[in-house]
Amino acid sequence: MNMHKTAGGGFKDAPVEAARSFRILMNAMARPGSISQLDAIEPPDPLSPAAGTALLTLADPTTPVFLAGAADTETARNWVAFHIGAPIIEPSDLRSFAGRGRPPGEVFAVGAWADLRGHLEALPIGRPDYPDRSATLIADLPTIANSGAKLSGPGIRAIEALSLPETEVFQENNARFPLGFDVFFTSGSLVAALPRSTRVEAA
Amino acid sequence: MNAQAYNFAYLDEQTKRMIRRAILKGLAIPGYQVPFASREMPMPYGWGTGGVQVTAACLVPEDKLKVIDQGADDTTNAVSIRKFFEKTAGVEVTEATGEASLIQTRHRIPEQDLSKDQILVYQVPIPEPLRFLEPRETETRKMHELEEYGLMHVKLYEDISRHGEISTSYAYPVKVEGRYIMDPSPIPKFDNPKLSDSSAIQLFGAGREQRIYALPPYTDVQSLDFEDYPFEVSKAPHDCDLCGAKDTYLDEVITDDAGSRMYVCSDTDFCSTRRQNGHVGRLGTPVSSEVA
Ligand SMILES: [Zn+2]
Repeated sequence: MNMHKTAGGGFKDAPVEAARSFRILMNAMARPGSISQLDAIEPPDPLSPAAGTALLTLADPTTPVFLAGAADTETARNWVAFHIGAPIIEPSDLRSFAGRGRPPGEVFAVGAWADLRGHLEALPIGRPDYPDRSATLIADLPTIANSGAKLSGPGIRAIEALSLPETEVFQENNARFPLGFDVFFTSGSLVAALPRSTRVEAA
Repeated sequence: MNAQAYNFAYLDEQTKRMIRRAILKGLAIPGYQVPFASREMPMPYGWGTGGVQVTAACLVPEDKLKVIDQGADDTTNAVSIRKFFEKTAGVEVTEATGEASLIQTRHRIPEQDLSKDQILVYQVPIPEPLRFLEPRETETRKMHELEEYGLMHVKLYEDISRHGEISTSYAYPVKVEGRYIMDPSPIPKFDNPKLSDSSAIQLFGAGREQRIYALPPYTDVQSLDFEDYPFEVSKAPHDCDLCGAKDTYLDEVITDDAGSRMYVCSDTDFCSTRRQNGHVGRLGTPVSSEVA
């Protein structure tokens, strides 16, 4: 057990732990494919320490959170309500968003990649004049490693490799740049990012 | 210092989260200006409140902060910002470019190449490079959306026909990854090549205009130019009079009432480091012979 993890799933010293966690997330987003350790907190199952820390660092009452599939448990909802105060987007809301065009603003979509996969069409990808108003995915994978798909683009010196769960969906996401969603992949205590700007090639 | 009297790095947690989210979207869309809700800071707008807010959102207690104003660490502006973060974030400060983990700057990029462990935060007065062509935000946003950058090129070309060259020497516009035209802040165009393919993360904050934008490391940043008039870095035909550097950006300094002048590196840390290493310019004296 790491001593710095806080029972109850919150930061012990929020200003400093949030600052350190953000720096890790910023470096990850600035260097797609680079893998870092992120585990300032111990969130309730099934959220991984990396996913929970990312969400606690970035989300708040102004950013709706969508808990996908297995991540949508009562304990997870209570944790989001108590520690983050973010409104929860119901799966039914997500479907109706899709029917009326994508919702405005930034949302966080959290869960196993396999559970998020089916909801991508409903998540906001920004507007042509405001591409930043788009979803950030915090997507859990069984493992993360620097092998597999080849990444290139801003933040990458030559080529980086990342064990993406698939490639085509990220190629499509990159093809509509500057629109798109951005992803933090998490696994246990590890995090790596895949922004929309990254070009992806199958291994 | 009374730590209890301040939020860490001055701003409250919700404000820092909002700025942090804007920084992440800025990094995901290089060169695009992300709106953010700028806060009042205990300093005037002209002092770089946008850069200060970005720095506040990025700092960790382990950081070593350097602040420069036109290349110098010792101006009132640079000193106040440094003190502000010493007090509110408890960070160490430094004047040595190589030692800093985060550098906040106004109007210069350090001469020394930055490393992958460094962050450069720019203070930006006017983030919109198209503003002088079009005062309406809705219109400039549309121009970026549609990549309607023809007018910008026309303006630069008119400059050439009037002056024989592009006369814009500060805030010279760039294109990021072949997509967004971006204002690099009022750095001299001498610095423009250093924007591209940098190992460091570059973040830009405009307080009054409430915009944040970013360049991840190794991002392609091209200064706008034309086939018949390629972008050229103009450099004064002088070496630094103090350290003899041939390839730095120089300030012209009037040295007496008769109008005598000398040229010295605008990057004071770079210049003094060279002098400490034994380099001597035309009017310089070896460092060891100077009165401390
Ligand atoms: Zn010099």
